[in-house]
Amino acid sequence: MKQRGILVRDFSHYYGENRSLNNINLDVYRNEILGIIGPARSGKSTFLACLNRLNDLIPGSRVEGKILVDDQDIYGPEVDVVALRRKLGMVFATPVPLPLTIYENIVFGVRLLGNNDRGELDRIVEDSLEKAGLWAEVKDRLHTSALKLSGGQQQRLCIARVLALKPQYIMLDEPTSGLDPISTMKIEDSLRTLKKDYTIILVTNNTKQAARVADRTAFFLMGELVEIDETRVVFTRPSDKRTEAYLEGKFG
Amino acid sequence: MTRLEKNDRLVRLGLLMIALSAISVLAIITLFIFEQGTPIMFRYGFKSFLLGQDWYPSEKSFGLLPMIVGSLMVTFGALIIGVPLGLASAIFLTEFSHRRLTRILKPVIELLAGIPSVVYGFIGLMFLVPFIRDNFGGPGLSVLAASLILGIMILPTVISIAIDSIRAVPDSYREGSIALGATRWQTVRMVVLPAARSGIIAGIILGMGRAIGETMAVIMVAGNAADIPGSILAPVRTLTSNIALEMAYASEEHREALFATGVILFIIIMILNTIANVTSTRQRKK
Ligand SMILES: Nc1ncnc2c1ncn2[C@@H]1O[C@H](COP(=O)(O)OP(=O)(O)OP(=O)(O)O)[C@@H](O)[C@H]1O
Ligand SMILES: [Mg+2]
Repeated sequence: MKQRGILVRDFSHYYGENRSLNNINLDVYRNEILGIIGPARSGKSTFLACLNRLNDLIPGSRVEGKILVDDQDIYGPEVDVVALRRKLGMVFATPVPLPLTIYENIVFGVRLLGNNDRGELDRIVEDSLEKAGLWAEVKDRLHTSALKLSGGQQQRLCIARVLALKPQYIMLDEPTSGLDPISTMKIEDSLRTLKKDYTIILVTNNTKQAARVADRTAFFLMGELVEIDETRVVFTRPSDKRTEAYLEGKFG
Repeated sequence: MTRLEKNDRLVRLGLLMIALSAISVLAIITLFIFEQGTPIMFRYGFKSFLLGQDWYPSEKSFGLLPMIVGSLMVTFGALIIGVPLGLASAIFLTEFSHRRLTRILKPVIELLAGIPSVVYGFIGLMFLVPFIRDNFGGPGLSVLAASLILGIMILPTVISIAIDSIRAVPDSYREGSIALGATRWQTVRMVVLPAARSGIIAGIILGMGRAIGETMAVIMVAGNAADIPGSILAPVRTLTSNIALEMAYASEEHREALFATGVILFIIIMILNTIANVTSTRQRKK
């Protein structure tokens, strides 16, 4: 039996009056890559924002139901939201390095914890960049602006930045949507390596990407979870007609 | 050529003429100031103008140093008061208040820029000057009074430009930082302000330009003694005040010396504007 890391139960989310997620039930297992696919506006990004409570920033955002992360109800009264966001690192569609140097981007979150030990920071930078597959390319210019990196490098920097926080989960929201095939491949490679140590949730617009890297795949449609199963099963014998239609490119 | 195209050319020509005449009026004024102000500076030497400490026009002594120092002191004082207040207000209005409050308050703040400076000066003279005299000593008419009034007068400029440049920072920076476990305040301090820095600096420099050029309000509260002030409670005279106070009765070399005052003011303001332009274009390139 696989260990469950995240449990989502009867979970709904609203933007003001509009329901964006409707009664979602799913589990995320430890050390898997869970792919989330679905057409535009189906609630994929909203779902991720609910998991690390980034939705708190949006006025009018409201939730129903429960999400447990490592057995803790993340909408409970005693939750340390900052700690939660460190536990579930987030990588966005457009890489947004902060307007700082490569080095400072990576240690940004670590410094927030009050850790300023130069030796340790150096070690964290090398380690995170190594894991994100970027170390070799930038090790000679750590102290130049991160905004000068190429798109693909910036996205791997954003992954490294999340890794520096030692999260347990990594959530990626269409991380390769703006990237060329080679950069995309590099990121997919790192994800396969990373899953040994982390649990990964990968939202993607590209169903082929889910087929390539996800262990299991969930299909979202208009705020509903239509289907979740082993990737192989979802792609070859989907149990729902709508999944089949989506995968055949009939909508979305 | 179609009729519409002809029309277009006509409009363009018309606008060009208007633009050219506006620009040439400005150019003529500038030339005039320099034409009137520079000969006397050559005659007596730049050094005696810039570094001379005695301003006795009737004895042909035209030292502008007290006024240069006065302008700089008062302007610097205005920044010490206006910048922290203005920045704090801008940060509050963009990052920590309801959108609706900002929508109401921002135009109100910008309206403050429209209050005539004589009104600021009058309020300063009625309330601020006696307050300083009674509580801190000195005549009340002082560097401190002028700095406080100017600090308040530059607030609208500093606040509204800071708000614009903080707003121009993409939300993705904030999200990124918060997703990394930063609090809102940490995000503002470590990400938003650095990203908005050049815009904020440009706003501060514009406010500085306003402070250094302001005349009426300063004359009313500064005391206007043409000596280098020994403390912030001492009276002070600025370059602009110098012109305004004496222009009514100045003639010949005295008159020329006032134009020379204008030349120096002009140069100081040009320098500030250039710095503002350079920093704000650098912001756009980023
Ligand atoms: N900040 C917001 N305020 C109000 N409504 C929102 C907001 N963000 C998203 N929505 C709405 O919530 C629904 C789900 O959007 P979401 O961005 O989660 O979809 P998505 O599956 O990530 O789509 P995409 O593939 O385009 O990224 C949409 O109907 C969208 O209009
Ligand atoms: Mg999305």
